[in-house]
Amino acid sequence: MRCDFADSLLQGYFDHELSAASAAEFERHLQYCVQCPLELVDMDLLSERLQFAQLYESAPNSLRKKIRANLRQVAATTAMSQPLLWHWLAAAAALLLLAIAGWRVNSVVRTDDYQAELAEEIVDAHVLSLQSGHLTGISSNDEQAVKAWFKRRLTFALPARDFANEGFALQGGRLDIVEERSVAVLVYARAGHLINVFIWPTRERDTSPRVGSRQGYQWVDWRKGRIEFCAVSDAPTSDLQQLQRLFTN
Amino acid sequence: MNDLDAEDRLRFEQLVLPHVDAAFNLARWLLRRREDAEEVAQEALLRACRFFRGFHGGDARAWLLQIVRNTSYSWLEKNRPRELMVEFDEELHPQPTATPESIAIADEDRERLCRALECLPPRFREILVLRELEGCSYKEIAAITTIPIGTVMSSLSRARRQLCSALTSSCHKETIREV
Repeated sequence: MRCDFADSLLQGYFDHELSAASAAEFERHLQYCVQCPLELVDMDLLSERLQFAQLYESAPNSLRKKIRANLRQVAATTAMSQPLLWHWLAAAAALLLLAIAGWRVNSVVRTDDYQAELAEEIVDAHVLSLQSGHLTGISSNDEQAVKAWFKRRLTFALPARDFANEGFALQGGRLDIVEERSVAVLVYARAGHLINVFIWPTRERDTSPRVGSRQGYQWVDWRKGRIEFCAVSDAPTSDLQQLQRLFTN
Repeated sequence: MNDLDAEDRLRFEQLVLPHVDAAFNLARWLLRRREDAEEVAQEALLRACRFFRGFHGGDARAWLLQIVRNTSYSWLEKNRPRELMVEFDEELHPQPTATPESIAIADEDRERLCRALECLPPRFREILVLRELEGCSYKEIAAITTIPIGTVMSSLSRARRQLCSALTSSCHKETIREV
């Protein structure tokens, strides 16, 4: 039997994290508890041993060099978009034109980062599902049936919901591959458009929806409760946003 | 790469770069290999740089370590997902081979501690590294790992007990499981 305080006050006391009042209270407890003083000694021995072994590993110089180089690169990229440099470039009109063209292309590439890469993969998966006709692994508008189908295949609880009353009729679901991992997909029909909602677990915090479009398809991406959602369709963005609100409410 | 003007860059160098050691150390203990830690720490620093505009003062070390932690976990998920699923696996953690007697006792103990620490589940390992090696306060640990302070205390308690028993029983499956 361990003391009830072992997992809370004892740790805080050992690490000097208790308020003066709590520390005093715990010291009173220490006078009659048989286990806590012993555990304190063990913790002290362990801590000393860890310090003595010098387990801390400092960054190697190679890493510092790489980071410095990265920083210089960042600074160089920024310098190019500084207004002063544009003035200087203006001295050579031909160069300027080239530079603008280059900068435009570059700026598109630069703003597309991870999000766009992901969206690209998801749009591709969406298109592929339409072309191959492989839309659903289970075709059903029954929330419970869809949930049960996914339950056997997923490690997280999928919020499979039918929003037929709001104009988004659940068609079913399937598993798909995005960024080399399998994700769940819920399929909805909306006034002649098909909407794929890609769903996978994440460690990231909740985010408000981000929108974008690619090759004539719109996407809305959001995270809620450690789950990331990305809805894709040729339906208007406002429809996807409405669906997003239904999911989040 | 997002824009980072000269002023931001200076601020980044002053606030964030002093914590490169902390970044590397945490990555090293989460990933258990120096080469991987170097790769991930570099990536984390790049990310920190990209999102530096989103950092409005506060504890730069905790902020950076949070990024290192997330980057490490996503790296593990991509490259060694099994480690996140199993709490302990004999194949991943071969039993320590006999140390030559020539090695000093201190080195031997360091080796034993290293292995015991590496045998712990990542969630317990990180909390011990942050507390015992990095000297973070409970509040900082809570900020870095995004868990409540109460959970920090109970996790520390379990992590310490597990480390103790790993040290005495040379990592057997039964003793290393999360209780």
